[in-house]
Amino acid sequence: MNFWIIQTLNGISFGMLLFLLASGLSLIYGLMKILNLTHGSFYMLGGYAGLVAVKYTGSFILAVLAGCACVTIIGVVMERFFLRRLHLQEMPQTLLTFGFLFIFSDLAMLIWGSNPETLPKPALFEQSIPLLGTFYPSYRLFIIGFGLAVAMLLWWVQEGTRIGAMIRAGVDNEEIARALGINVSLLFTLVFAFGAFLAALGGVMGGPIVGVFPGADFEIMLLGFVVVIIGGLGSLKGALVGGLAVGLLDNFGKVFFPEFALFTIFAPMALILAVRPTGLFGRE
Amino acid sequence: MLNIEDVHTYYGDSYVLQGVSLEVMPGQVVALLGRNGVGKTTLARSIMGLTPPRKGVIRFRNADITHTPAHRIARLGIGYVPQGRQVFRSLNIRENLQVTARGDGQWTFERVLDLFPNLRSRMRSLAGKLSGGEQQMLAAARALVGNPGLLLMDEPTEGLAPLMVRELGRTIGELKQAGTSILLIEQQLNFALRYADIVFIMQKGVIVHKCLPEELASDTAAKSRFLGV
Repeated sequence: MNFWIIQTLNGISFGMLLFLLASGLSLIYGLMKILNLTHGSFYMLGGYAGLVAVKYTGSFILAVLAGCACVTIIGVVMERFFLRRLHLQEMPQTLLTFGFLFIFSDLAMLIWGSNPETLPKPALFEQSIPLLGTFYPSYRLFIIGFGLAVAMLLWWVQEGTRIGAMIRAGVDNEEIARALGINVSLLFTLVFAFGAFLAALGGVMGGPIVGVFPGADFEIMLLGFVVVIIGGLGSLKGALVGGLAVGLLDNFGKVFFPEFALFTIFAPMALILAVRPTGLFGRE
Repeated sequence: MLNIEDVHTYYGDSYVLQGVSLEVMPGQVVALLGRNGVGKTTLARSIMGLTPPRKGVIRFRNADITHTPAHRIARLGIGYVPQGRQVFRSLNIRENLQVTARGDGQWTFERVLDLFPNLRSRMRSLAGKLSGGEQQMLAAARALVGNPGLLLMDEPTEGLAPLMVRELGRTIGELKQAGTSILLIEQQLNFALRYADIVFIMQKGVIVHKCLPEELASDTAAKSRFLGV
């Protein structure tokens, strides 16, 4: 019984990290039609920047701020000075993000070397707490709560605010949104930077449990794409449900069939693609 | 209000507008007529900055907007009612109006909804689920809440039932009374003639005829030559 509770919570907490990653990935694709292959790099760079901040200041909160700030700036620069020039040219944009993926991967290797590192947990959540007759790390519970809070916040922005409605209008019909006075170019920068911010947030938050290591960018990007394929590109609900599904599949897959861990993720993905090519909550 | 001078626009490789000149004076309703495919919608897209001209000048309230980004052109005061309505399908009626509402002119939500009472009772309905006529009303309302000085309507009667066409006509009449300048691109000759102060006819990317509506109404030769009716 304990085993199931603990493994389920492990899966859900990892799923929340994937949600942070996938919601940005999904939003960027929905509005800008860009498959951002640099998204995993944002996650990894967030983790490394957080690591540096923690080494110098010892503060986890500063690590979160530093990680998110660095990567958000990288996101703004990438969108303003590179992706913008290739507006709506899907293949060149994808290749460009692919190029950035390699650049960031090599840079990270150069700066931080090839040893896997872990961020220390924030002091407040260092302990395990009693839970249903067992002990469970409070930090993972915190991640679950935090992920849910972010999900609710994103939902409110998307459905309840004017800027959320503007983004949805841009997703519906970018050209007409422009012609009716919505500054879609600015929305593009905001959405790309915000997606980068969320990925970096995932990277720092995940630092204490998943760690930061070379190759994290590829690994996490792959999972992120599985999440949006299962959940449906462009759907916030899809990113949440997909994130939890992949988090649980990944966790139980590694527990029960460690040698087939990837299979337990990709088999359900293939199945969903066969039945619902647009994912669970995708459009058309 | 709007001055278009010798505009040449390409759509991909095809040379669509081959030197169009046209003007709309303040308070005027100008009808632009022409058969399918002569470039009327391309002219609308050129005005809005969606397909900027390669040559020529477009001025709005004396400001050169030829190469201004689309969202700025809209904010300067041109309300666009695109062909095929193109409402934001996954937004409800209220949101469709909220995202384009701008400025504090005469067109408040209340006033616009008075003009389109059908919309008022369905503010929470998704635009994608509305009938064609309701979508057309929404497209017009969406342009109006931006408080434009000029309304650019591209074939608003297309695909509408006669009853809805009459309803739309009533609205255009009221807008005209309120002093709104309108550039009305149309295929339905009688509809355009009823509301226009002046008529331009386009053929193969150029303006070939300019006249008063009553002149065109009685000019069978021009009608059959330019419009095939």
